[in-house]
Amino acid sequence: MTLLRERTEPGGAATTGRGAPPGPGARLRRHLGRSWQLWVLLLPAIAFTAVFAYVPMYGIQLAFREFDFQAGLTGGEWVGLKYFEVFFSSPMFGTVLRNTLTISIATLVVGFLAPIALALVINQIVNATRKRFMQTATYLPHFISVVVVVGMLQVLLNPSNGTVTRLFSGAGLDLDLLGDPDLFVPVYVISEVWQHCGWNSIIYLAALASVDTQLYEAARIDGAGRLHLIRHVDIPALVPTMIVLFILTMGGVLSTGFEKVWLMQNALNLPVSEVIATYTYRIGILGNQFSLGTAIGLFNTVINFLFLVVTNWLAKKFADTSLW
Amino acid sequence: MTRLSALRARTPGDIAFSVVLAIVCAVILFVTIYPLWFVAIASISEPRLVATGQVTFLPQNMSLFGYEQIFADDRIWTGYRNTVVYTVVGTALNMVVTMPAAFALSRREFRPRRVLMLFFAFTMFFSGGLIPQYLLYRDIGLLDNWLVFVLPTALNVYNLIIARAFFENALPEELFEAATLDGVDYFRYFLNIALPLSKAILSVIALYYLVQHWNDFFTGLIFVRDYELQPLQIVLRDILLSNQAFAGGAGGAGGSGGAYGQDFADQIKYGVIIVSTLPVLLLYPFLQKYFEKGVMIGSVKG
Repeated sequence: MTLLRERTEPGGAATTGRGAPPGPGARLRRHLGRSWQLWVLLLPAIAFTAVFAYVPMYGIQLAFREFDFQAGLTGGEWVGLKYFEVFFSSPMFGTVLRNTLTISIATLVVGFLAPIALALVINQIVNATRKRFMQTATYLPHFISVVVVVGMLQVLLNPSNGTVTRLFSGAGLDLDLLGDPDLFVPVYVISEVWQHCGWNSIIYLAALASVDTQLYEAARIDGAGRLHLIRHVDIPALVPTMIVLFILTMGGVLSTGFEKVWLMQNALNLPVSEVIATYTYRIGILGNQFSLGTAIGLFNTVINFLFLVVTNWLAKKFADTSLW
Repeated sequence: MTRLSALRARTPGDIAFSVVLAIVCAVILFVTIYPLWFVAIASISEPRLVATGQVTFLPQNMSLFGYEQIFADDRIWTGYRNTVVYTVVGTALNMVVTMPAAFALSRREFRPRRVLMLFFAFTMFFSGGLIPQYLLYRDIGLLDNWLVFVLPTALNVYNLIIARAFFENALPEELFEAATLDGVDYFRYFLNIALPLSKAILSVIALYYLVQHWNDFFTGLIFVRDYELQPLQIVLRDILLSNQAFAGGAGGAGGSGGAYGQDFADQIKYGVIIVSTLPVLLLYPFLQKYFEKGVMIGSVKG
């Protein structure tokens, strides 16, 4: 490291450091002389992030302004919190907030626990080939597109001739799995688990693979059964991973996947399936109410961000684990 | 070895445990695989038998009607071609943007890297939202432009973090010091030494991006109106979910054929699911170990 500094520094800059402390200009020149190539390597990434992530953030001010077709992103006249008041007082506010929370909390709880359970099960398979096969099979659905998954739901759960519908009616239950508003959340969550549970279990399997094998032996000698091993060795080993992933999921508490909800929506389930993301799209882009749409989107982002910060703070305080 | 022997000990309780474990695994496997298997066999069975529930585990009365219809339909092939182009161009751009940045951020002597990491990571949790994004694309002419499929998604911060973790942990620091002694600068170290040693992470990241582009539905839905530009996923949506009439006349739900027409429409849907997912399904067994490696590397330290 020190060698690099001496080698790549241009001769002139190398001497400025000796004796008197260099001024900010000299230090910058020294830094660039040494690291300009790294900056070049970073340049495309910085440029794309600046344009496609930070410029839209600058456009958030549109939430506090009237939209002006000429002014575009930076908006027109300043109107303060007008559009937040419009959103908060609209009859849809309560509905979309409740729907978003219901769907995301249900997904969060089930989607958080299922991969842990699956990892604990797969980890118990002793035969390496069978374990491998089990993993391969359960990761697979993760790579199928949302459109195809929802398409499969439409044909398999079709109320007149769907295979799954037929299964239920065979058991004496006549269900409209696609239209019944009460069944929207279960269908959404179960298909989510079906698709991503295996993939999300990988990280837990990695944590389990690094458990010190002496712990198993010691527990065995003390007469522990395999359930005891899971309870007292495996699960405690997963706790740090669980906390980090929990913080990350909390950061997304209001961001239900737009695509899947949008695709699953129909006239019958709309009262329970309209969420903040789909509402933003409907109001902002389909309805051309750009300021209101921006305000709703900002509300969503801020709540998510607060959840992330608070969960991270709680985890740091009580579990000594955190993202930052 | 030791862990295995610890799990292999045989008491009556252990045997009961193994039996329960086997049943649980069998149920999980069935639930995961059967829906896909059913779609596959339904796509080649006689539609009427599928609709009346007589197809369960094996195809019945082979019928390729659905596939004939699909192969005769232009929309799918336009969508396919578009998606292939966006995926190839997009992934190439992704790699050119992501890998050099990840390498630069992995250099410990590069002081600004902490601030820069924050600059990138912040965008994972905070964004301008859909509308400012839409207006920006409108202002810079990305609406109804095929570049919207490749430019905005040029950098995925999660992939950047994984690649950086790899460069930090998998390449020995001595290698860099030795190379510097020989007068190698950052450019040449990255291109001639670091990249050739990073084939594992290169394939992981490329595959992540590939799947992301292949399955991208959002971009086409929101930013593109021109049907000639639409990717496969939008075409799929129209066939699978909007029940749009199909070329051969086997219509949607309200089609003239009634229930009979619906059966054929369903067979087309099964076929479309297979045709669109086949590339991923075929590649999957070979690539799966790389995907997994990516998660492992990423989990080392985020």
